[in-house]
Amino acid sequence: MRLVTALAAGTLSLALSACSAGSLGSSDDEGGGKTEITFLTNNDPSNVKVAEAVIAAFEAKNTDVDVKLDTRPQGSEGDNLVKTRLATGDMADVFEYNSGSLLQAIAPQTNLTPVTGEAWVGDLDPTFKQVVSAGTDVYGSPWGAIVGGGIFYNKPLYTKLGLQAPKTWAEFMANNAKIKAAGVAPVEQTYSETWTSQILVLADFHNVSAAQPDFAGKYTNNQAKFATTPQALAGFQHLEELKKAGYWNDDYASAKYNEGLNAVAVGKAGHYPMITFGVPALDTAAPDNVNDVGFFALPGDDAAKNGVTLWEPSGIYIPKSTEGGKLTAAKRFQAFIASPEGCAANASAAPVGGPFAVKTCKLPDTVAPAVKDLSAYVDAGAASPALEFLSPIKGPALEQITVEVGSGIRGATDGAKLYDEDVKKQAQQLGIKGW
Amino acid sequence: MTTVAPAKTASRLDHQPGGGRPTARKSPYPYWFLVPGGLIFTIFFLVPSVMAFYFSLTRWTLFDQEFIGLDNYVQFFREPALASGLWHTIVYAAVTSGLKVVLGMALAVLLTGPILGRGFMRSVAFFPVLVSTIGVGLTFQVLMHPTKGVINQALDLIGITGPAWLVDPDWALLSVALVDVWQGAGLATVIYMAGILSIPGEYFEAAKVDGAGPWQRFRHVTLPLSKPAGVSVIILSLIGGMRKFDLIWAMTKGGPGFTSDVMASVVYKQYQAGFYGLSTAGNVVLFLLVIVIVLPLFWFFNRREDAR
Repeated sequence: MRLVTALAAGTLSLALSACSAGSLGSSDDEGGGKTEITFLTNNDPSNVKVAEAVIAAFEAKNTDVDVKLDTRPQGSEGDNLVKTRLATGDMADVFEYNSGSLLQAIAPQTNLTPVTGEAWVGDLDPTFKQVVSAGTDVYGSPWGAIVGGGIFYNKPLYTKLGLQAPKTWAEFMANNAKIKAAGVAPVEQTYSETWTSQILVLADFHNVSAAQPDFAGKYTNNQAKFATTPQALAGFQHLEELKKAGYWNDDYASAKYNEGLNAVAVGKAGHYPMITFGVPALDTAAPDNVNDVGFFALPGDDAAKNGVTLWEPSGIYIPKSTEGGKLTAAKRFQAFIASPEGCAANASAAPVGGPFAVKTCKLPDTVAPAVKDLSAYVDAGAASPALEFLSPIKGPALEQITVEVGSGIRGATDGAKLYDEDVKKQAQQLGIKGW
Repeated sequence: MTTVAPAKTASRLDHQPGGGRPTARKSPYPYWFLVPGGLIFTIFFLVPSVMAFYFSLTRWTLFDQEFIGLDNYVQFFREPALASGLWHTIVYAAVTSGLKVVLGMALAVLLTGPILGRGFMRSVAFFPVLVSTIGVGLTFQVLMHPTKGVINQALDLIGITGPAWLVDPDWALLSVALVDVWQGAGLATVIYMAGILSIPGEYFEAAKVDGAGPWQRFRHVTLPLSKPAGVSVIILSLIGGMRKFDLIWAMTKGGPGFTSDVMASVVYKQYQAGFYGLSTAGNVVLFLLVIVIVLPLFWFFNRREDAR
């Protein structure tokens, strides 16, 4: 009986998987001569809204193509799903996935269709082109905008206390002291969602590369460490310093991301270290106060080198398993996303968190103040890509380590050393030489 | 007094599987009867287990694999964040197991005694076992919120400032363990109740005739004669505690930082990060840890029982 059940279950699962692969293959001829392609993206509600708007705009111009939207979870669960579907040759015809270090983990040269020769590739922002390339080939078009990491601040509070956006860490600490004296929590932290704890370290990378332009390369080759490079260690030290000074909000250990956004928007906190992709989320966290939030780059030691760390958007890729008519349609969809019409469709669906990675796209006039602040840095050329776009290595335990340093459980140097171990593990996993 | 517990009765109460001597009796089935079961066992249990041991010696992604010997194990024991998970696992298992034994026994004595609405009380004690662990975890996460949680608000009313249960590094692991005990004590109680109810009433009567008070009856009749049940509770709760994952993940995700990370959550995090070989090695370490702790304990308890 058990054997029969097991066999039945086995056959059923085989039949199911065969069924889904089969229906993908046969749908070519369905829908009155239309080519049907599937687009896989993550299930974040505002992302889905953007995807729907972009698909609608594309289908209006390309009536012979039918794009079906498919969603996956975010974070590492979604990562595993993408990797599994690629490894089994069962990937959607077009899919959205990270650029930079995480792209290298899905082996683009074996799994993805190169698009180096396409016309739109010339319009790409050079730094973005770099993070969707492997070897000499380009593989993706951008999904969404370039965002900057730094500090959200409450503008009415700054006006009330007569403060200026700081350019150095010392100025920042002086502002914090004044904010604390006014009875407001100077810096918001939200450790209930651990990823938010990394910003003070990650967004500090512009200061690291301003002081040591070759850090990323040395780091990849196992020649530079966080614990032994003073500028890189600074990010961890800032966390320790702010915690010791008592500058966090009282509920930092249990607060959530949306509470943090709300706090800085309504003036319960003076600052919130965050990436500008939080701007669309501000729209839900504090809809009446979006215009009260400003943005400045993470201050470093040298005011002259003050600048912002940028995160490139994720990419739109086509797997090698997409062929024939579907491949042509998929390439047209990919090109549309990298065109001004694609950007416009994107901006119509949700607020934009920063400039587009396509040179021919313009930001709408009605962007939030924080995005205008970010654009000022980008226009002035005071910006560098985040480390995870210059090096394939990012340790996965950074968020736990920064929570420990920011909560006073572990010292800054100790935390940086532990992160170096974490980085080593990742480098070995990726098979990078010299580790 | 102890003479009222003859060794024979104790071993008759022993329901431990595998506790007896190996039997030389011939199986009532011919060999070909074993084929279907053997096939299922081999394909679904034996082969994956052996493969897990092999893959723990490799660095593998979904695309390729590389044999690296014992490097994964070296990594596991050298990295402080991973090694601390090992220690937390032992603390967690010891705390939950110890409390379940004491609480389970106390509740079992209460619920087998002459109390009002006994059937209802027994159901209430067992109720938490029936609830989904994730549900319990999420519920207590809300109840244990440092400022908005009901627990600390109630403590405030009587003038006590409660700890920040789940977000205080000193308390996080203990808080989860306490919730685990709340949820699991019902099962221990049921096992103990079965043990106590299977003690023949004559022993209690004889003890009473000899002039034993309630404490003496508990100490010299109930406690020794329900020992097989106690062994079951200890072994089951120890193994359960060492393998605990769902409750910890729902409540703290191993945080803050690494302060409530146990083996199972460490293994899961390595898997999430794509370190498949390392996470498989973690599983093997967990497997060996359970064997190293539980097997000697198991032998120890059974030997004591035979010798008595």
